[in-house]
Amino acid sequence: MSWALPLPVAIPLLAAALLVVIDHVTSRRVHAAIAIAATAAATGFSVLVLVAAEGHVVLHWFGGWHPGGGVALGIAFAADPLGAGMAALAGVLSLFALVYSWTYMREESGSFDVLVLTFTGAMAGFALTGDIFNMFVWFELMGVSAYALAGFKVRELGPLQGAVNFAITNTLAAYMILTGIALLYARTGALNLAQIGRDLAGHPPDRLVVVSLTLLFAGLLVKAAIVPFHFWLADAHASAPAPVCVLFSGVMVELGIFFVARLYWTVFEGPLHVHAVPMRDVLVGLGVLTMLVGAFMCFLQRHLKRLLAYSTIAHAGLMLAGIALLDPKSLAGVADLVAAHAFLKGGLFLACGLVLRQLRHIDELRLRGLGRQTPATGVLWFAGAVGLLGVPYVGSFAGHALIDDGGIAGGYGWLPTVAMVATAVCSGAMLRAGARVFLGWGAADDPILSDEPEEKAPAREASVRLMTGVTALMIALGLIASVVPGLVQRTETGAQRFADRAAYTARVLHGTPVPLPPRPPVIVESSTAASLEYGVGALLVALAVAALGLWHGRLPRAVGARAGRFLGPPVAILRAGHSGIVGDYLLWITAGTVVIGGVWAFTLAQS
Amino acid sequence: MNMLAFAVAAWIFCVGVYGAIVSRNLIHLALCLTVTQSSTYVLLLAIGYKHHAGAPIFKGVKLGTPAVDPVVQSLTLTDIVVSVTVIALVLALALDVHEESGTIDPDELTGMSG
Amino acid sequence: MRDRHVVRGLLALPAVGGLGALLAWGFSGLPPFGDFHGFYGQLLNAIVLPQRHTTNVVTAIVFDYRGFDTMGEEFILFAAVVGVVILLRENNAGMTRAAQADFVRSDAIRFFGVPILGLVVLVGLWLAAFGLVTPGGGFQGGVAIASGIVVLYLTVGYRHWHRLGDERRLDPFEGIGAGAYVAVGIAALIAGAPFLHNLLGPGTPGTLFSGGSMSILNWAVAIEVAAANLVLYTEFLQRLVAPKELER
Repeated sequence: MSWALPLPVAIPLLAAALLVVIDHVTSRRVHAAIAIAATAAATGFSVLVLVAAEGHVVLHWFGGWHPGGGVALGIAFAADPLGAGMAALAGVLSLFALVYSWTYMREESGSFDVLVLTFTGAMAGFALTGDIFNMFVWFELMGVSAYALAGFKVRELGPLQGAVNFAITNTLAAYMILTGIALLYARTGALNLAQIGRDLAGHPPDRLVVVSLTLLFAGLLVKAAIVPFHFWLADAHASAPAPVCVLFSGVMVELGIFFVARLYWTVFEGPLHVHAVPMRDVLVGLGVLTMLVGAFMCFLQRHLKRLLAYSTIAHAGLMLAGIALLDPKSLAGVADLVAAHAFLKGGLFLACGLVLRQLRHIDELRLRGLGRQTPATGVLWFAGAVGLLGVPYVGSFAGHALIDDGGIAGGYGWLPTVAMVATAVCSGAMLRAGARVFLGWGAADDPILSDEPEEKAPAREASVRLMTGVTALMIALGLIASVVPGLVQRTETGAQRFADRAAYTARVLHGTPVPLPPRPPVIVESSTAASLEYGVGALLVALAVAALGLWHGRLPRAVGARAGRFLGPPVAILRAGHSGIVGDYLLWITAGTVVIGGVWAFTLAQS
Repeated sequence: MNMLAFAVAAWIFCVGVYGAIVSRNLIHLALCLTVTQSSTYVLLLAIGYKHHAGAPIFKGVKLGTPAVDPVVQSLTLTDIVVSVTVIALVLALALDVHEESGTIDPDELTGMSG
Repeated sequence: MRDRHVVRGLLALPAVGGLGALLAWGFSGLPPFGDFHGFYGQLLNAIVLPQRHTTNVVTAIVFDYRGFDTMGEEFILFAAVVGVVILLRENNAGMTRAAQADFVRSDAIRFFGVPILGLVVLVGLWLAAFGLVTPGGGFQGGVAIASGIVVLYLTVGYRHWHRLGDERRLDPFEGIGAGAYVAVGIAALIAGAPFLHNLLGPGTPGTLFSGGSMSILNWAVAIEVAAANLVLYTEFLQRLVAPKELER
């Protein structure tokens, strides 16, 4: 299958170049058709690779430069099941986004398709690469395409500002990553992940390794929107057109987290290994902080896309905590969560596009009751919100359950409770917004919620039927993600392989095929009682949160005043922190990096 | 003298970041980012430097003559292109922001708060 | 909050100071300056000439050993240009037709402009052509070619420049340059070799025909870089110059 490995990258890029060549002679429709065909082909090849990667890691040495004597001469793609799965997920989501855009983005120029194609190719490259500098290249291509897509709707100040903040923060992140790469190259004289990992292994982590770890992780966590590096995300999502948000929330953010895991398990596991506890604690801590801040901010939004964006931040926190447990089982949970979340959150963003198309607004309060005319969109919205809760056997349940188990096993017994509350608050906010928009419940005004600039609605010619179909398909796929037979077992074996540095190194540098253990027969695994309880608990908390959001004005005055005194200051501080000013965001990134690096300097470095 | 080049790289990185944080002008901010990026050039090239060694070009030079590390040079080349393009994009955004709002001071652009 | 940036400046001091300390501490773990023994680089210095018959090791890395990075890099440039065009062109649309009355006042510029244009473009072509032998390459050459053509704007004014910089004529070159790189890669796949494998063999050392497929990639990059830079110049000029010419 080695020959298929470059194609998920090469086909979209070639198609993008082709579209620019024929830009002035063909119609928008032809462009969109070429883009859809190319993305479908790329996705197909990703799936082929994924199937092959379940046997053993699939390799492709570009230019035919195979390693000699354990030294890499060129660049390799090394696809394991999780990496190939991320590439396939990126392809599938791009496909949904492009089909949805067939009429939704019709007014825009053909450059939209070009940028989605380069974005898709870059994400696939990022997921598949086994070379640290090559990762940087795809990181930047992903970034450049994404900044342009976020600022796509010209002539509106809001979108431009979101794109500016996004571009500047992520550019600083890229330079931190590059500095980290330079340090690793100076130490090992290698750029291949497996080779760097092999050369670092056996030595305790010293100052160079710790600083390089800090810079690389901090840079990736900016892309992953982890507190305090997350500020750009809500701005970018509020700016970008709904189909682009699908890609941002569904897979770009997750790729940042994915590569943190990739770097740990290929490079830093060697030197850290027994010393990894402080790293784990810091990352779990950041994950938990991110969940709480994301959930809190989510509840405060009335701009529907911004509300969803903050819920993505909360979920990113859970994913980071999941990989930070450094346990293959919770890693598998993260993979399941990523899959379910991608479809559900993607579907919810597409539902936002539908709301904008049908009701011409994106603001919860302005939309109050208007959604009664569009029951189908309402059903999709509620289904997506419930799917993200982790209710037993629905949507993101499998991912939640595995991460919960991993947390309990890893000595973080409180993690499942925090995760339950955070996701429940997010889904509760979505249910509140849904009830207000589609049922007309709740107060007509709510001073708690932040006012945001509105978004230009798409052309009335955009086909509601097509858009609803795509949205419904995405949400349906997300809802069944936990009960797809065998998916959980497959991700668990994939995660075991992902975390097996020795096998990866042997395969990449010496070509030794290390086959996976035979897959156990497909069984419907019984979930632990604890995860069932957490799922039901999340539903109850979410309903309570939604009711509170809708009718908090009816609370007895004394209760309201006390709650205001208690919650007012943190709300004000959080609001002031999310200032929309890019200098503040850069300061947060710098300070966050220094704090993380400082903690690790004192706890991780052995010399 | 031993570590001067690395110290310079660290200094340039910090100067650029500080400038970007306090910047009152998006174009100035974009240039501060290029300053930060130049730190990566200095760092990469300094890492690959070898005393008493020539350029990694063997035209008219015997193979086996000591030469500095060629990999960091090719990485720097890639790095330069990346920098140029990102800056072009940020400048284009700054132009549009100016057109829409009449200012390029990030502190006055607060439409995205909360 | 007028003082917001002052507060931020004060808070930034400890933060950036901490970053400097962190970097300095980490950099002090680097191998001593001038004493680097990275095996990858040493190995390439030794094997590139025998294996690839190119005397410029850096170019061989850029277009062959790590040629895949360069493909990504080309597309970074490509995507950024598409992005800039989206951001600027749509807003430019109304302005270009009005910008007719521009002219160059200096005879000296008109007199020397054309020869300089020729010279700079020639240097660019030379840099690109000999990139596999001596310092230079598609990137450097492409940038030089583009800046040579910009001299045309200085010499004959915006109107003629704009005719040359017509997007319908320029855009395809950008796509061709970027697409050709991927096409060379896929051609190798179709021939049953790994992506971007050098199908054409190494050629004669020290000549224009050294490096095989590398020379095609080199020219693809030269075209892409030149076209991309010209599109960027055109869009920014249109945005900045056209309205000013109008005011005169």
